[in-house]
Amino acid sequence: MTTSHSLVAEDLTLGYGDRVVVESLDLFVPPGEITVIVGANACGKSTLLRSLSRLLVPREGRVVLDGRQVHRMPAKELARTLGLLPQSPVAPEGITVLDLVGRGRHPHQGIFSRWNDSDDAAVAAALEATQTTDLAERAVDELSGGQRQRVWIAMALAQQTDLLLLDEPTTFLDASHQIEVLDLLTDLNHTRGTTIVMVLHDLNLAARYADHLIALADGRLHASGTPAEVLTEDNVRTVFGLDSRIIEDPVSGSPLMLPIGRHHIRPQAGEARAAASATRRAAR
Amino acid sequence: MSERTDRHSSAPAVTRPSVVQAVARGRRRSASRRRLVVLILAVLVVAGFAVTLMFGQTFYPPRDVVRVILGEQVPGASFTVGRLRLPRAVLAVVAGFSFGLAGVTFQTMLRNPLASPDIIGISWGASAAAAIAIVSLSLGGTQVSILAIVSALAVALLVYTLAFRDGVVGTRLILIGIGISAMLESITSYVLSRAAEWDLQEALRWLTGSLNGTTWEQALPALVALVVLTPVLLAKSRDLSAMRLGDDTASALGVRVERTRVTVIVAAVGLIAFATSAAGPIAFVAFLSGPIAARLVGAGGSLLVPAGLVGALLVLVADFAGQFAFDVRYPVGVVTGVLGAPYLVYLIVRTHRAGGSL
Repeated sequence: MTTSHSLVAEDLTLGYGDRVVVESLDLFVPPGEITVIVGANACGKSTLLRSLSRLLVPREGRVVLDGRQVHRMPAKELARTLGLLPQSPVAPEGITVLDLVGRGRHPHQGIFSRWNDSDDAAVAAALEATQTTDLAERAVDELSGGQRQRVWIAMALAQQTDLLLLDEPTTFLDASHQIEVLDLLTDLNHTRGTTIVMVLHDLNLAARYADHLIALADGRLHASGTPAEVLTEDNVRTVFGLDSRIIEDPVSGSPLMLPIGRHHIRPQAGEARAAASATRRAAR
Repeated sequence: MSERTDRHSSAPAVTRPSVVQAVARGRRRSASRRRLVVLILAVLVVAGFAVTLMFGQTFYPPRDVVRVILGEQVPGASFTVGRLRLPRAVLAVVAGFSFGLAGVTFQTMLRNPLASPDIIGISWGASAAAAIAIVSLSLGGTQVSILAIVSALAVALLVYTLAFRDGVVGTRLILIGIGISAMLESITSYVLSRAAEWDLQEALRWLTGSLNGTTWEQALPALVALVVLTPVLLAKSRDLSAMRLGDDTASALGVRVERTRVTVIVAAVGLIAFATSAAGPIAFVAFLSGPIAARLVGAGGSLLVPAGLVGALLVLVADFAGQFAFDVRYPVGVVTGVLGAPYLVYLIVRTHRAGGSL
């Protein structure tokens, strides 16, 4: 598989009804890397992801994959290059893991073409990669949250796309399952060179797992670059309206954000916060 | 890559052949179960069809029945089998298949077993139009079918438009559909009550569905519609299966969701309208066939053909039972209504406990 696909958004304006959610946004997804999009609630992260994958037609601007507009590409052709796992996908009642993962082969099949060996191989590889082989015969609705998320990722893997977009793949998972999912995606990126774009809520996990971090604020691109460049105290303040301290994560070496709220502050950190708000007052 | 070694075991880069074989085995197993279920259902439909032709007030042996079908003149049998039983049996199969197929299409597309066309008013649109056309306007044949299909499409469009707000939400569509159903049902009752010369049997055709006195003129348009529209739905069956995972996932898998939805709605409404203008809104067949087929086939594969066969079988058996199992002759819709109502209650109770989908 190649990793040379280029995905860019140019002057993108997105909205639902009368509401504009994302405005004149330019975005570049580095091929072969893991890009993580962060931002406050309702800042347009999911909307942006939906538009990158053709689900939402832009008001203005365009999304370009390898020089072609994604909204003008044949649906199945696009779905063989670019996959998306939405935030809350629906599993039909009683469907087995094997059947669900098999649905990922849809873009590779015609109306009358039969299931073939390469479909079996793709499904098997997806099960192996997500370590869900032993669950293959189980019904999806009987699984735990972590297992279910791995199965959905397996479905997206069976699609065998070089680009994979995921909308909050770790939501509703406990700490160990979050790490499990993020490790799995990193494996995928390392072994197959899959370009990954995902929305994450946890800033520290985002900083640890991202090669490229994008911060959105009010539907605009506020900052992008390496986690060290993007996860700064100033950016956290503007994007989330939160005072914080950034230290080096002793485990990974990536930046680690420590929020400063109104309670449970040690005297020296409290002084830092007081100093910070004083600076801000002075700035106004 | 070296500085990022993983804490947990890394994903295997090469797939073990045993896993590929297990996947192939699992898929073949569910495919062969599906084939077996379809085969058994088809055999049962053929058997039910044959029994309907042979048994009745008078028994005719299979030899006579075959001769009649081949066009030979058999005293007695030519009239009873050829003119009375054959069109009735054909319409039973055609209407049942149409209802089952259209019902499961709607249920799959809207991801809710309550979203079947007989619950959300589409069958009632066809039925009310047919009742008005025949009883009040004294029309017949093609005109009735055309009015029924226009009215059913109009109701589908109305329900869809009223339910539309930032996309269609299943529950809202179902509630609006139930309201429209009730309105159309009372219109049908009103039309029938104003027409004094119509007896109860005929009135029941438009209220619950009936095959009594079916003629070829009624059965043939429904048969033609079935032959034309079934391939349209079958061609979309993979897209429909993908849409069961939600519109966003289906889109991401390369399905043109809106285009598929429009094609499928028009085809399914067409099936409902033609079948209803011939046999009336046979109660609950569209609603029951899909879930029964899902039980038989399993949740994985496409349910279209199995649900059609279940529908055909339901109508054949219910019509036969309605004619001969009781002292009084009941129209087929009364029998299927008795079967379907408890399931509707069960579904509503269960939906309130947890969000149900097909």
